[in-house]
Amino acid sequence: MLSNFVMPDLIPAAPELFLTIMACVILLVDLFAGSIRRLLTGPLTLVALFGCALMTWQGFGDPTPLTFSGMFIHDGVADFLKLFVYLAVFMALVYGRGYLADRGLDKGEYYLLVLFATLGMMVMISANSFLTMYLGLEMLSLSLYALVAIDRDSTRATEAAMKYFVLGALASGLLLYGMSMIYGATGTLEISLVAQALQAGVASKTVLIFGLAFLVAGIAFKLGVVPFHMWVPDVYHGAPTAITLFIASAPKLAAFAMALRLLVSGLYGLAEQWQMMLMLMAVLSIGLGNLAAIAQRNIKRMLAYSGISHMGFMLLALMSGSVGGEADLMRALDAYSAAMYYIVAYVIMSLGAFGTVLLLSRAGYEAENLEDFKGLNERSPWFALMMMIFMLSMAGIPFFVGFFAKFSVLLAAVAAGQIAVVVIAVIFSLIGAFYYLRVIKLMYFDAPTDSAPILASMDMKILLSANGLAVALLGPFSDVLIRACRLALLS
Amino acid sequence: MEAKTLLFYLFSAVLLFAALRVITARNPVHAVLYLVLAFFNAAGLWLTLEAEFLALALVMVYVGAVMVLFLFVVMMLDIDITRLRQGFWANMPLAATLGLVMAAEMVWVLSTDFFASGVFFNESMPADYSNTKELGRLLFTDYVYPFELASIILLVAIIAAVVLTLRRRTDVRHLDPAKQIAVKHADRIRVVQMPAEKEAE
Repeated sequence: MLSNFVMPDLIPAAPELFLTIMACVILLVDLFAGSIRRLLTGPLTLVALFGCALMTWQGFGDPTPLTFSGMFIHDGVADFLKLFVYLAVFMALVYGRGYLADRGLDKGEYYLLVLFATLGMMVMISANSFLTMYLGLEMLSLSLYALVAIDRDSTRATEAAMKYFVLGALASGLLLYGMSMIYGATGTLEISLVAQALQAGVASKTVLIFGLAFLVAGIAFKLGVVPFHMWVPDVYHGAPTAITLFIASAPKLAAFAMALRLLVSGLYGLAEQWQMMLMLMAVLSIGLGNLAAIAQRNIKRMLAYSGISHMGFMLLALMSGSVGGEADLMRALDAYSAAMYYIVAYVIMSLGAFGTVLLLSRAGYEAENLEDFKGLNERSPWFALMMMIFMLSMAGIPFFVGFFAKFSVLLAAVAAGQIAVVVIAVIFSLIGAFYYLRVIKLMYFDAPTDSAPILASMDMKILLSANGLAVALLGPFSDVLIRACRLALLS
Repeated sequence: MEAKTLLFYLFSAVLLFAALRVITARNPVHAVLYLVLAFFNAAGLWLTLEAEFLALALVMVYVGAVMVLFLFVVMMLDIDITRLRQGFWANMPLAATLGLVMAAEMVWVLSTDFFASGVFFNESMPADYSNTKELGRLLFTDYVYPFELASIILLVAIIAAVVLTLRRRTDVRHLDPAKQIAVKHADRIRVVQMPAEKEAE
């Protein structure tokens, strides 16, 4: 009966398998290691990430892209995004360690949930089937819900987790409903086969578009763009800052992979339809994100709204890939590599900005209001400089990474003939520059209200400095990164 | 009308009624019981589609296990239904409009001739065909990857449940059953040797 069963090739999925095994090992170590568990769990988690990175690096350009009956894809995009996911998770772990230790939250379960969230992201990035995409998303989301609520005594965190959970469940439902419609129309769950079915044109367009609307809603929720953005500020604000940092970084890469795989790889035949939806969401996100951020007094909420506008920018590039349903390889490549570069740049900047918020927090004190940044220059000129770099880069001021990211996105949109949208985006990012510059003004021109010395571990200080320098100095070299994105997309 | 079509309409009608009652019932216990009814009818629908295993699994897992647990939870909790209904009428117009638009869209999509065009598999399987066996074969061969992913999701759920609920409180008196069981009689009684207080004269 099983004579026609072929053992799936496990090599392309080596990083995922390794991470699963390591997560189980860490689970057991954390249970039985007793008093030395604190010394073991954290380092073992980092070892697991390094192992995964090594394996992904080794597997670059593997000739067997599909495995597990076509449900798992291993290509350049997957490797590229996974490497950045490892980097982002690694940085989030290092930045968050001191903060969580001060609050007694650095339990073994924290590391485990982070690892399983990472696994979920990897599954999403490598998904070539609606089924695995959904399962990866659930694995990621469940871990995140628990992480948000990990500080059980904080009512704010519990409320945020509850909101996140309820809205996330709703979004999963929408996504599944859309997937089921597309399955009904095409008869397959495999993303590459869906694309073929669309090309053959046998499927009913009405049913497909109906499914597409739900699918886009699910993706929009995960990215956190208007009108599915309500959870973002509350969750960012309510969660412990170290968890906010994690949510604001690596999962964005996975959500981008989800959008790319579902819309571009799968439903490219419906590009004309989803372009309109993405354009609307992009314009609304850029507008609302930038305007609402101005009104915020809490820096976590401000960065949440800024994240919404950044995701809008990313969508702008994603929708510029084709014009009038006509595929032009060069233009598509430009647009998707711009989107990919934008998301990577955003993740790096966001890690740095939240990292600085963590740096200023200490036991029993949360530096989460804008006032807490007053006079940072007098307390620590170096980290004030770093924060200034992150803020300028996020505002899109030359010649930081953020500027080149915005620039390539706008170029792609102009190439697609979306001049009006580009003008709106530029106007709103100019308005948005106000709240980034306000942080800089507070740091440099106001007197400090708090004169406590900045206590942070050496590794965090070094990594944060490296992060800042990367944002400052990699700008002129962004060509290399864009070319890497393009190569990844081509393979 | 064939018997199968008749059954389909019967099950669907009861299912829709039960689903509506789940969200409109004033008593939460009644809502849960209506949900059980809805599950039974969904299982009936699956039976008419020849998906016997799924129908039985739905009854056993959802009705037998999940809903009974749910019933316990609902009965334990003190649910204040009037507080839950606060703001119901304020949000009603928007929700109703959205719901109507969705329903209209669904009717429009589902009434296209695509679903009636016979693209879908329509013949019956032979009598000796076992979909349980087929499901098992698929789960452990072609779908082994999603199957394993689902198991990892369950592991995540266990870890999350433990981290969110397990508390070692030190501020309350508690008994440690393990210590109670391991106790020896020497721990309970201390035999003290002491000389008699006064020598007998």
